[in-house]
Amino acid sequence: MSAADPHYVAKTFMDHLPILQVVIPLISAPLIIFIGNRKLAWIIAMIASAAAFVIACLMLAQVKDGSFISYHIGGWAPPLGIEYRIDALSAFVLMLISGIATIVLPYAYTSVKSEIPKRLHTLFYALFLLCLTGLLGMVATGDAFNVFVFLEISSLSTYVLVAMGAGKDTRALTAAYDYLIMGTIGATFFVIGLGLLYMTTGTLNIADLADRIANQGANRTVQAAFTFIVVGMGLKAAMYPLHHWLPNAYTYAPSAVTTFLGATATKAAIYVLLRFMFSVFSPGFHFEDWTLYLIFIPFSLLAMFAASFVAVFQTNLKRMLAFSSIAQIGYMLLGIAMLNATGLSASIVHLVNHGMTKAALFMGVGAMVLYSGSAFFDNLNGLGRKMPFTGAAMVAAGLSLIGVPGTAGFISKWVLVQAAFENGWWIIAIAIMLSSLLAVIYVWRMFEVLYLTAPAEDCTATDPPLPMLIPMLILAFACIWFGFDTELTLGSARVAAEGLLAGSAGMAH
Amino acid sequence: MIYLDFIIGHLNYWLFIVLMMTGLYIVVARGNLVKKIVGLNIFQTAVFMLYISIGKVTGGTAPIYPVDNQGHMQVDPSIIYSNPLPHVLILTAIVVGIATTSLALALIIRIREVYDTIEEEDILEIERKLSAADNKTHGPAMGGRA
Repeated sequence: MSAADPHYVAKTFMDHLPILQVVIPLISAPLIIFIGNRKLAWIIAMIASAAAFVIACLMLAQVKDGSFISYHIGGWAPPLGIEYRIDALSAFVLMLISGIATIVLPYAYTSVKSEIPKRLHTLFYALFLLCLTGLLGMVATGDAFNVFVFLEISSLSTYVLVAMGAGKDTRALTAAYDYLIMGTIGATFFVIGLGLLYMTTGTLNIADLADRIANQGANRTVQAAFTFIVVGMGLKAAMYPLHHWLPNAYTYAPSAVTTFLGATATKAAIYVLLRFMFSVFSPGFHFEDWTLYLIFIPFSLLAMFAASFVAVFQTNLKRMLAFSSIAQIGYMLLGIAMLNATGLSASIVHLVNHGMTKAALFMGVGAMVLYSGSAFFDNLNGLGRKMPFTGAAMVAAGLSLIGVPGTAGFISKWVLVQAAFENGWWIIAIAIMLSSLLAVIYVWRMFEVLYLTAPAEDCTATDPPLPMLIPMLILAFACIWFGFDTELTLGSARVAAEGLLAGSAGMAH
Repeated sequence: MIYLDFIIGHLNYWLFIVLMMTGLYIVVARGNLVKKIVGLNIFQTAVFMLYISIGKVTGGTAPIYPVDNQGHMQVDPSIIYSNPLPHVLILTAIVVGIATTSLALALIIRIREVYDTIEEEDILEIERKLSAADNKTHGPAMGGRA
């Protein structure tokens, strides 16, 4: 598109897709507050996120062959102007984020009614859209400082969304406060890294940064910048020793929020991590290779085992799933640390597959909480039998979480194991399988509670209303579907991984 | 002395590091929720100063082009201007910092309403009791955060 001619001016609707992706939810959020009507708020939010999803799909169709779209904001050509840049990887992640938002909203309508006080509903939808804007912007932009701004837009709205769980459990407030402190430290670390990069290169455009770092070779400042960016984004992505905020935030946030965050927030941070580690700093940068081998591998292994192990001993289903998320992020980081195309595609595929799986599971928990009032195991006894469709969706997603053949989770773990063998790291391949066994234990505990215990005699639970049930079933179906049809997921991920491994060359104008 | 040159030449970085670590230390070491936010602010301000100090060009003046009475800019290439971009970036970062601070303070007010304290130790104590009560009714869970 505009990449061929630097003076090309965007004219058609299709040319403006990259900016519409971000602007539609951004404009809709204040619109909701001005209108101030609860019903309309939901409708506007739904239209905005569905539009974002359609746009993401249109863009993925354009860039699936490995090309990219470069959009110049206000017609100012990069590197001076701000650029939005969509390639296979960003379009793929955009599709995940907007898709999850679109599917969570119908679910949220009922769930929010029962969990959040009435006067906050309008604000909830506005914040939901702001959070969506931030996450989409982080992924769509091609300007490093813009990433920070969008990161903060999404984080600030996330803190409030988490705190909205305070009506049910006051610990949501302290969870949100903890998250705020740690999220701000992470974001500030990221800005320090950007400052150091700007000092050495004098530019903030991601493609331009990549060029200049490649020409300049590594010096101490670039290494320091790399470290700050990795730690800052690691905090946001809940990389193992920096995951302290995650269990409480996920446990005490309202169900709809947990579903949305669990499936998208950490994933967007991992996207930024990938973008910086591979596109800005090229993989030949030795300092980075050592960071990956000495820091990422041990910590992701630790995450896979320690977090799964803790998950086994939880009595609250939501908290168990939160710990399992930390373990799953370990798999994604492990795939990055393999530093080969297969490993990277494994991380990218797992990003999406795990997003769908976790969203389905958290939705299931939320539906059960409607009747049981809490997500503690002893309140959920036998609910799988009373709520057959919800139970079935959770079984499908649970199997995908373990990585049973025929589910989406299997595909990503299989590719990850392949990548380990490609590097000759058979010990790591065994570790991946062993940690999946831990997943078997905790998922089995969930099945046991849902099906093998007797429900309370006066239990009146039935499947939730259709707006809640259908999104859940769609996601559960997707968990199975993408276990057989890997064309879309694995295909896009491979194109994206090759683009990343090409390093700064992959970002050439 | 080359060593002294090194220290004085990097003065802005030394100050940045001192300020940044002071802020970060306060966030970690202080138990009072409001003091933590103050620490966070110092930490962020340190970064603002880092950015602004790197925008300075030796001998540079304020980056404003003089305008003649027709409104055309009179660009004189012999004048050195400082780099305005870091300032602009930091304006954005300051806005973000204010939003974070106000949100944090709002959260603290809510916490104070519910827990009747803003000391971290007391809050942790109350939460420990809450989770102990949870464990009693729902069976023991593995505590901690892995």
